[in-house]
Amino acid sequence: MSQMSTRTKQPVGAPTSATNTESGRIGDSPLRPDGTLKVTGEFAYASDLWMDDMIWGVTLRSPHPHARIRSIDIGPALATPGVYAVLTADDIPGRNAVGLEFDDQPALATGVVRYQGEPVALVAADHPEIARQAAKKVVVDYELLPVVSDSRAALEPDSPKVHDGGNLVRHLKIRKGDQSVKAPVVVSTDFEVGMQDQAFLGPESGLAVPAEDGGVDLYVATQWLHVDQKQICNVLGLPPEKVRLTLAGVGGAFGGREDLSMHVHACLLAMHTGKPVKMVYNREESFFGHVHRHPARMRFEYGAQPDGRLVYGKAEIIFDGGAYASSTAAVVGNGGTLGMGPYVFPSVTVDCYGVYTNNPPCGAMRGFGCVQAAFAHESLMDELADAVGASRIGVRELNGMTEGAENITGQVIDSAAPVAELIRKVAELPLPPADTGSDLRSMPGGVANTTHGEGVRRGVGYAVTYKNIGFSEGFDDYSTARVRLEVVNHEPVATVHTAAAEVGQGLITIEQQIARTELGVQRVVVHPKDTSVGSGGSTSASRQTYVTGGAVKAACEAVRRTVLARAARTLGAEDLVLDGGKVVSRSGEVLADLVDVLGEVPVEETVEWRHRPTEAIDPETGQGNAHVQYAFSAHRAVVDVDVELGLVKVVALDTAQDVGRALNPAAVIGQIQGGSAQGMGLALMEEIIVSDGHIRNPSFTDYLIPTILDMPPMQIEVLEYADPHAPYGVRGVGEPPTISSGPAVAAAIRQATGLPLRRVPIRPEHIAGLVE
Amino acid sequence: MRITTTVNGDRQDVDDVWEGESLLYVLRERMGLPGSKNACEQGECGSCTVYLDGTPVCACLVAAGQAQGRDVVTVEGLAPDTGQHDDLHPVQQAFLECGAVQCGFCTPGLLVASHDLLRRNPHPSDPEIREALAGNLCRCTGYEKILDAVRVAADKLDGAPA
Ligand code: FES
Ligand code: FES
Repeated sequence: MSQMSTRTKQPVGAPTSATNTESGRIGDSPLRPDGTLKVTGEFAYASDLWMDDMIWGVTLRSPHPHARIRSIDIGPALATPGVYAVLTADDIPGRNAVGLEFDDQPALATGVVRYQGEPVALVAADHPEIARQAAKKVVVDYELLPVVSDSRAALEPDSPKVHDGGNLVRHLKIRKGDQSVKAPVVVSTDFEVGMQDQAFLGPESGLAVPAEDGGVDLYVATQWLHVDQKQICNVLGLPPEKVRLTLAGVGGAFGGREDLSMHVHACLLAMHTGKPVKMVYNREESFFGHVHRHPARMRFEYGAQPDGRLVYGKAEIIFDGGAYASSTAAVVGNGGTLGMGPYVFPSVTVDCYGVYTNNPPCGAMRGFGCVQAAFAHESLMDELADAVGASRIGVRELNGMTEGAENITGQVIDSAAPVAELIRKVAELPLPPADTGSDLRSMPGGVANTTHGEGVRRGVGYAVTYKNIGFSEGFDDYSTARVRLEVVNHEPVATVHTAAAEVGQGLITIEQQIARTELGVQRVVVHPKDTSVGSGGSTSASRQTYVTGGAVKAACEAVRRTVLARAARTLGAEDLVLDGGKVVSRSGEVLADLVDVLGEVPVEETVEWRHRPTEAIDPETGQGNAHVQYAFSAHRAVVDVDVELGLVKVVALDTAQDVGRALNPAAVIGQIQGGSAQGMGLALMEEIIVSDGHIRNPSFTDYLIPTILDMPPMQIEVLEYADPHAPYGVRGVGEPPTISSGPAVAAAIRQATGLPLRRVPIRPEHIAGLVE
Repeated sequence: MRITTTVNGDRQDVDDVWEGESLLYVLRERMGLPGSKNACEQGECGSCTVYLDGTPVCACLVAAGQAQGRDVVTVEGLAPDTGQHDDLHPVQQAFLECGAVQCGFCTPGLLVASHDLLRRNPHPSDPEIREALAGNLCRCTGYEKILDAVRVAADKLDGAPA
């Protein structure tokens, strides 16, 4: 609380507690507590923050993917009327280095720029347009350097170096079983995946407010307040108690907000000018301002028995990490340990690389390393089925993991692994009618009137995939929850305080549901997310319901123990429970009002909660218990393809997924629908086109994401095989749909066209140009 | 320059508007109405959709000066003005109940576009809903619950004036 007193004043749009009294325990689907504000337009996103005396910050970025900075002249920019400050690397008080896993990235470029869009200077002015115009007057003298743009060539010994230490970020090796084993049936494929963008709709934004104690308060849209705080502290040279972060309204994230964007820049400008500084990227800048999904080049080989049973698998995967590491090492960890898919391989050889290039930096995006590999392992599984004359369903049932199976790192899957059931379930769902009728709107090309059905062929494709939930490879993955139970206006009220970011997925609803379940109260207040409580860990890796949910549950249990001990003393009774605002005996007899037991003395507990530890894998063999939980999903896609023009209409996209236990069934469905759309987008249309290190399509005009016309209706089967090791049995939900949907769409297009199509996104020219 | 408009029924006068500013910027930064959103400022996403003299437009593509003397309705003006904080228009109520809102950044634009669709066509078919909302991007929901919401809103509005 002492931290609050140092704040001068709060901006308009600073978050308030979410306090609605909608009931709903776990397993129900109460409405989101922020929903009403979101439909009235009153919910304040980071870009809506406002203060009387605020000024605007903008970033000057490098136009070159690789260059030496000879000099920077800020004079003309600083002389512009309305400009308050122009800052460069020279103005950084602390260490000029940020990064999620290694701090290999300067907050502002110094000496050299390594990608197009790298921040070089900052300008603050009283109008955003003045700041933009002034930024153009900063004179930077660049000497161009050779551009490393090919991820494979970057690994050659004679390649120019992006960093002094060389271009390899991580090489992960898996060697399991007989390395010289042969098999009667061998299939192999090369596969390539383009660079996808998270394309969250709410642009990077925030407001930094200088504080009287010489510190700064930052209101920002982000995924992990505490990892931001740590990096900002380094750059500002300030201790954590002087760098206070509060989560402002977040307009989607999907991994793209795990790294810093404007955070440190706004703080630098605010500290320098003594004024609140707001920064809001526009869409073009957003494409340069956050990391993307790693493009991947892959070579996969399966050896199998004549009946299709796998004998061995081999994979080489190269992830292009771009200019800075971000989370590349962890993406390599996932691609390497999970990249062979949810199948049992007696022998495995995997080499997975993450490399530095002068391309845009890549890092976290929903599906994290598994998305790319899934296209390769699923495409090859279809080829294996065809090679042995088995059905595509059958070959997956035959080789799919089951509970107790050992994966390629030697870890035993110790909860449900229903691979065969999931793929069967989607195969059994009703298919759409063969003929979609004469309505142009249901044709590939739609009302562009490119076909009335001539040249249109239907295809059906399947995919089944798996992913780790939570952070892996020995990472200390935890979340902190503070829960307080007290009497307010004659009513028992629970307040839940975590720093875990709500980015749209509905974590705050889940936090309320858990508190209602554990404490038997109706009213639950969700405190704004900030750094005055311990870390909630990242809103990524589908981990928050599991880990922050686990922390909230544990903190509630601690509160309940204290309250019931108090009740036991006054009532002289044992074995009590809390329900409906009452203290109740096991047999259901109401013994006291919770309000009376609490009286004037609130009960508050703070708990740091960890899931079972994971471990680092062996550097030579890749063996080890790398992950804490696995989540499985399957998709079936049905497409109509105009094989002459290459246009694709996805007619149906059906799925089955094991979610362990659905704490909020409606929110689970929402995650599956939204995640499936993103996977479909990568299969069909989403790619940041990069040539020689330059992004060619930084706009929603040229970078396409699925619209409501592209997205078909979905049939969704939710399985609930509770994980005995997880709170309530939950299994992470957010990422699996993004992993299995794309490969199913790609498979359906291959089936419709008969083309190999070994690169995604599959563009019309790939279909039409090759069809001749 | 000075701009005078009617926004959600109230007369608004703002001074010192720079001529390069969009209607979206003026609404958000000068009138204190940040409900209309700024997801692209390129006319591609629909998050900034408002009514201008009764026609839905992308406010990011309208120069502030073009709004001079005209009538603007934003998401903040959709709910009936009964003085009750929680009063929602049936379209808003339906989006909320159907789970059509996740991060909600697309929501204000989709609400205006759906409101407009149901005024013009009280019983839209699914293809008609898809066509009407094709200019509004949503990255979170996969659109299925947005379709649900428009269907539910149509039922709620059945018989009642939109
Ligand atoms: S902000 Fe206007 S269309 Fe995207
Ligand atoms: S709900 Fe997030 S963009 Fe639609």
